[in-house]
Amino acid sequence: MEEALKTAFPFIAISIGILLVFGGVMMIVAYTVLAERKVLGWIQGRIGPNRVGPWGLLQPFADLFKFIFKEDLVPDKSTKFVYYLAPIVALTAAFMPMIVYPFGPPINVDLAAWLPYGLGEGITQIPLRVADLDVGILYVLAITSVGVYGIALAGWSSNSKYSLMGGLRSSAQMISYELAMGASVIGVVLLAGTLSLGGIIDAQIHAPWWSRWFIVPQFVGFVVFLIAAFAETNRVPFDLPEAETELVAGFHTEYSALKFALFFMAEYVNMFTVSVMCVTLFLGGWYIPGLDWVARQTDLVWLFGVGTVGYALISHVGFLLKIFAFLFLYIWVRGTLPRFRFDQLMNFGWKFLLPVALGNVIVTVILVFLMNR
Amino acid sequence: MTEFSLLDYAPVLVMFLVAIGFAASQILVAQLVGPRKRTATKLMPYECGKDPVGSARDRFSVKFYMVAVAFLLFDLEILFVIPFAVAFKSLLAAEQSGTVYYGTIAFVTMMFFLGTVVVGLLYEWKKGAFDWSIQARAEAIAEAAELKRKGGVFSRFRKAA
Repeated sequence: MEEALKTAFPFIAISIGILLVFGGVMMIVAYTVLAERKVLGWIQGRIGPNRVGPWGLLQPFADLFKFIFKEDLVPDKSTKFVYYLAPIVALTAAFMPMIVYPFGPPINVDLAAWLPYGLGEGITQIPLRVADLDVGILYVLAITSVGVYGIALAGWSSNSKYSLMGGLRSSAQMISYELAMGASVIGVVLLAGTLSLGGIIDAQIHAPWWSRWFIVPQFVGFVVFLIAAFAETNRVPFDLPEAETELVAGFHTEYSALKFALFFMAEYVNMFTVSVMCVTLFLGGWYIPGLDWVARQTDLVWLFGVGTVGYALISHVGFLLKIFAFLFLYIWVRGTLPRFRFDQLMNFGWKFLLPVALGNVIVTVILVFLMNR
Repeated sequence: MTEFSLLDYAPVLVMFLVAIGFAASQILVAQLVGPRKRTATKLMPYECGKDPVGSARDRFSVKFYMVAVAFLLFDLEILFVIPFAVAFKSLLAAEQSGTVYYGTIAFVTMMFFLGTVVVGLLYEWKKGAFDWSIQARAEAIAEAAELKRKGGVFSRFRKAA
């Protein structure tokens, strides 16, 4: 029994972590949808949803039940297996990056005293993330680009002209902007010398004072990444795959009920993922400049010192606030900008964003070389 | 340097199972709970209320293939840079402490490689691979001619004589 428990312990810990992250992210995503409708309402001089619960706070649950009790249509001419597979692929690709989100600094706890059977032996820290993969950035980029398959398969399998157009446009758009995104990340990797998200936050903490957040030395990379992130998540002004006014919802025209909800969820989780990436790579992740210094100075080191629960909590809240700022930017842009035309989109991606990103890489390589020799 | 352990990647597997399980269960729930009133009209592909004309599995523009091919090329080239980007700072540090010019060698090599990438990009640009349609190609050529007449890309930043 004890032996079995010891073998299973890492997996139990991983599962608990994943469930916590999963639940938390799903709640945030549900309320992002509500916040989007509210903020869009305010931008357009409306009130937004306010009937279900106080200030409409129960709206996400009402929507969920509506999705469950709607008829789940499968069009006659569709390729059934692929039609069912597409939302699963899209959602899985959206969920997978969750494990590398760095939510906060590790908490120092001697777990050996807390857990029975000596399970916590040798564990002195609880990290506020599920895993810190050595290839963190590559993992996120690779998995999110699998999401293209979900959309392309959905567009093709529905056997509707609008869906096919939406799927094709989406594939072309996402792979075009993925290039700029990959190139804009290289600048940060050059400065940090690692691909792991935790390592990149560490590199920002230990950087010279003027570059504590990589947004300062990598401003061009940040802007390119942000624009590419909007395109990757198919959001306004790059929402051509959906384009209600011309493609009547594009790749998910033929999807209804929960299958539509899965695509919807995938889009919002993807928004959250790119916000996390943006915050981690360019805004120091959970790191608030000066907080560790303040935490060392005061008499409250036992409460707010580095490694305590207080420090982790403040950093975590800082991390979430940065992410909410990005999510708000998404909504704000959606309420403000019109949609691109498709040739404008391709022109912008290939003739402006990619050259700028490549130029940023070259300049960064030269500067790193000159400053480190 | 930390030691490689397969256990570090266990979360990927667990997350994969959780994600697939969640998505599949949602689809199952939708099958079980939702009403089923199928009619022929409802099951038709949506085409703004008209009867659909022909099949959607038609030929589509070759331009999408062009984009895919260009993407493959440039994505590979960008992936080649990433291992260099990870190692560059430690190579420079090794150069400082050792006698071999690791960092300088890497720098020169990578500059040559990036130069090739830029030349490739310019070539595709000139050949019109990034112009989405014939009309867009014509517009791009007209714009280039206009720029040339005005005296180069930076002409707008010069003061008028």
